[in-house]
Amino acid sequence: MSQMTGLKSDEGLVRELAEISGRTDTRDVLAHATKQAKEKFDDYFIVDIDAHVSEDQFWGEVLELIDNDVWKQIGMDQFDKFAGNNALLNISPGLSHQSVGGRIGHQGRKEPVEGTEGHPFVTAAKRGMDAMGLDYQVVFPSAMLLLGMHPQEEIEVVLGRAFNRWLTEVILPKNPRLKGMLYLPYNTPEVCEELVEKYADHPGIIGYTVCSTRNNPVHSDVYTRLYSLIEESGKPLAFHSGYHWGDPSFAQLNRFLSMHALSFTHYNQIHVTNWIINAMPERFPKIKMIWVESGLAWIPFLMQRLDHEVLMRPSEAPGLTKLPSEYMKEMYYSTQPMERNNMELLEATMKAFNAETQLLYSSDWPHWDWDSPSTITDLPFLSEQAKRNILGLNAARVFNLPTDRMKPSAEQVLQERPGIS
Amino acid sequence: MSATKQKRDFVVAQLEDLKERERIVVDADGTEVGLYFYADKVRAWSNVCPHSGGPVCQGKMMPRTVQLVVGDRKSGGPGFHPTDRNIVCPWHGFEFDVLTGKHPADQRVGLRSVPVRVEDGEVIISI
Ligand code: FES
Repeated sequence: MSQMTGLKSDEGLVRELAEISGRTDTRDVLAHATKQAKEKFDDYFIVDIDAHVSEDQFWGEVLELIDNDVWKQIGMDQFDKFAGNNALLNISPGLSHQSVGGRIGHQGRKEPVEGTEGHPFVTAAKRGMDAMGLDYQVVFPSAMLLLGMHPQEEIEVVLGRAFNRWLTEVILPKNPRLKGMLYLPYNTPEVCEELVEKYADHPGIIGYTVCSTRNNPVHSDVYTRLYSLIEESGKPLAFHSGYHWGDPSFAQLNRFLSMHALSFTHYNQIHVTNWIINAMPERFPKIKMIWVESGLAWIPFLMQRLDHEVLMRPSEAPGLTKLPSEYMKEMYYSTQPMERNNMELLEATMKAFNAETQLLYSSDWPHWDWDSPSTITDLPFLSEQAKRNILGLNAARVFNLPTDRMKPSAEQVLQERPGIS
Repeated sequence: MSATKQKRDFVVAQLEDLKERERIVVDADGTEVGLYFYADKVRAWSNVCPHSGGPVCQGKMMPRTVQLVVGDRKSGGPGFHPTDRNIVCPWHGFEFDVLTGKHPADQRVGLRSVPVRVEDGEVIISI
């Protein structure tokens, strides 16, 4: 800890705090979140159902696990030369805008892990979990969120397979608090089926994820066998939203914030609409559906729009036995990025879909618009039980997780952090 | 009668040092404060962001970005304000004017000021 230079008095009581950057230790970046944990939620059981850490720094390890010799050679060649951590990926221009030109200082983590044992990803993830007071964290790849729009379906397949191997063989066995949702290369249904069959009983895999940024109708008959397998496995199916600035509608938007605000809700609205209007909840009633990273404000909007239209045109949604909003109340949603400037609207939103039982906390750490658990504990209108449900108990039920405490105390985390920032 | 906590003074920086560096963030016996010297003025803001409690003063200092308008009300694109400076929170990017502590898009959102004075070249806060 650095002492103030040139002080005449109060030395020892006053110390300087450094600027936060991508190189700052996660425990220092999140020290205020740890203090919030100490004050408000140290005894809560907390599950973060969507975080990303910074797997792009380990992209070379994923490429090494590609099971096709030619794609592996091409990928490694790109990795070593011009593409680096974007090798084989279809990165869109938006990704580089996330930090607003470096203003959001923690974005783009380059965690200092020198001198620590174990895999650096696991070290960084543990620091983040401890600092935020999380018992479990589900990690998901950032760079692969756009793969559904990759023009080469076979790339999605080889990267999906390689990532799932990296996750289950390299990362998850190292820390039982880390959990994974299997990446499903949804443009190729038969490979999704094969992967679900292969990993359904893996203890670290607690569900399956489809990246929502894609143009595949989710009600297509090509997916019925996949959905049957998922239903049989009992593990939930998540649609993780994202953006795509190349989409013609979004190409009209000239700022990252505009495109980001609309696209993250857009893709999940399309998939929820197709899922319900085509009566998928009636055909696959046991699948637990989770809609990830679209925030919450779109939910009552879509409930109202779909109810309004179905009442007027029931012949176009003949498989429904109740209103779309009723099906939506049976689905699960992740919190982040939770719109919270208007408490009246947020309260009404949470009531609309029974947040107390259907909402699952997610941090999205370390992305620029991440949410700490205090975003839930600070809400004035939720009961204590509702807060505990949203932060962890709902997830324990959906993912079948034991609720024993897994994290160190917030006080211990504060004492052990470097304390430079 | 409610018990009020007695305020305590802390010497947290030398003015000359603050002038040179423009921003120094300190932890004074558990209270975190950002000290600023800009446009000949000293400011002290609580290092707790009104958004989600992030370490707001440990982010970047940036010129305020303004919308330029040229010719027949055409966009001249974004530009940097010649003098206004913003503190940017490193957690999610909320920005605050370094002198007023206000957010540029919502004046109701602002930093909490900490009483600060300069005596004999020393910057002193009361917390
Ligand atoms: S806590 Fe400062 S911008 Fe969110």
